[in-house]
Amino acid sequence: MATQTHEAAGQAAEAAAPGMPQLDFSNWGNQIFWLLVTLVVIYFVLSRIALPRIAAVLAERQGTITNDIAAAEELKAKAVDAENAYNKALADARAEAQRIIAETKAEIQADLDAATAKADAEIAAKVAEGETVIAGIRATALDAVKVVAKDTAAEIVAALSGEADAATVDAAVAARIKG
Amino acid sequence: MATEAHGAEEGGLVFHPMDQFIVKPLFGGDTIEWYTITNVTLWMALAVVAVIAMMVLGTSRRATVPSRSQSIGELAYVFVYKMVEDVAGKDAIKFFPYIMTLFMFIVFANFLGLIPMSFTTTSHFAVTVVLALLVFLTVTITGFVKNGMHFLGLFWVSSAPLPLRPILAIIELISYFVRPVSHSIRLAGNVMAGHAVIKVFAGFAAIAAVSPVSVIAITAMYGLEVLVAFIQAYVFTILTCVYLKDALHPSH
Repeated sequence: MATQTHEAAGQAAEAAAPGMPQLDFSNWGNQIFWLLVTLVVIYFVLSRIALPRIAAVLAERQGTITNDIAAAEELKAKAVDAENAYNKALADARAEAQRIIAETKAEIQADLDAATAKADAEIAAKVAEGETVIAGIRATALDAVKVVAKDTAAEIVAALSGEADAATVDAAVAARIKG
Repeated sequence: MATEAHGAEEGGLVFHPMDQFIVKPLFGGDTIEWYTITNVTLWMALAVVAVIAMMVLGTSRRATVPSRSQSIGELAYVFVYKMVEDVAGKDAIKFFPYIMTLFMFIVFANFLGLIPMSFTTTSHFAVTVVLALLVFLTVTITGFVKNGMHFLGLFWVSSAPLPLRPILAIIELISYFVRPVSHSIRLAGNVMAGHAVIKVFAGFAAIAAVSPVSVIAITAMYGLEVLVAFIQAYVFTILTCVYLKDALHPSH
């Protein structure tokens, strides 16, 4: 019974509304009124509270990101500077080491040169001394050869001819030795 | 008993797909005055509650690193803001709260309408016509305030050959006045059609033999309707932006 009345009511409503409830203009006023209320409420909630808040949050986030990026750039620059300073220090130390090595090498070379020169001089002195001694020995040897030659020649002449003129033998030996 | 069963079977084939759109007073009574609290009032109020929940409560922590709810609110904000900026231009930004209001209302009305047994406010021409007329009036008034009589240059296609211009002007004029009609019927028509089709499929579910097919069809339609709910809100909003661009920069 209840369902029957419900169906009847439904049919009555259908009869009243021409097929589509959308075209039942009797309730348009009601819908439009509540729509306008809804739109005004949403508009005020959005424009007064929600949108400025979200805009502020987004701006703040953008600012934070920008600041962080700037800070990161700064730190990166600092790191690059530190690296450059380190490289420079390293290069300086290397150059200093090279300089010290060169200096030491030069000093050693100078010492070496001096010692070599001294040794050379000593050797030269020794050689000269030796040469004089050799010259003296050679001179005495030559004299001895002359004496032996004269004596030998005189003896040979005496043995061959019985008599030797000492002066003639001397002259002949001297001429032979020179020639 | 037998007659009842027979009646039920017949009832399974007698559809009432449009019953879901009937406007009813919530607290009894038969007459609907303009101030009567109806199911329209209820579902619009729920839309307001949903907007407040998402855009106000969701963002209440104002976190620099957003929570999930705040992300969604920001996503909606940026989505509409970019749309207004890209489509209508930088000087349309002062209309952003207005366009955001339209978008949020339509999107929530559409999605709330997808809840079973709910009432879809955007399926009614009364609602969409008002929305479209608001846009139409805003655009027209803005056009005349910003550009004065130059706004009429919108209808005078100066790049066309001179003899064609009067004809084009008539076409442009007609298309301009058809805008609110298409703008409103597109939204209500899409939403209404989808809901009605789901109801028709649901009617078929009463017959045991086709009920699996019917349930699958309802599921598929529901998925499509979820898409439509968002896309129609998006289309309504982006067309508003396009019209607004015409008002701000009427040169062709």
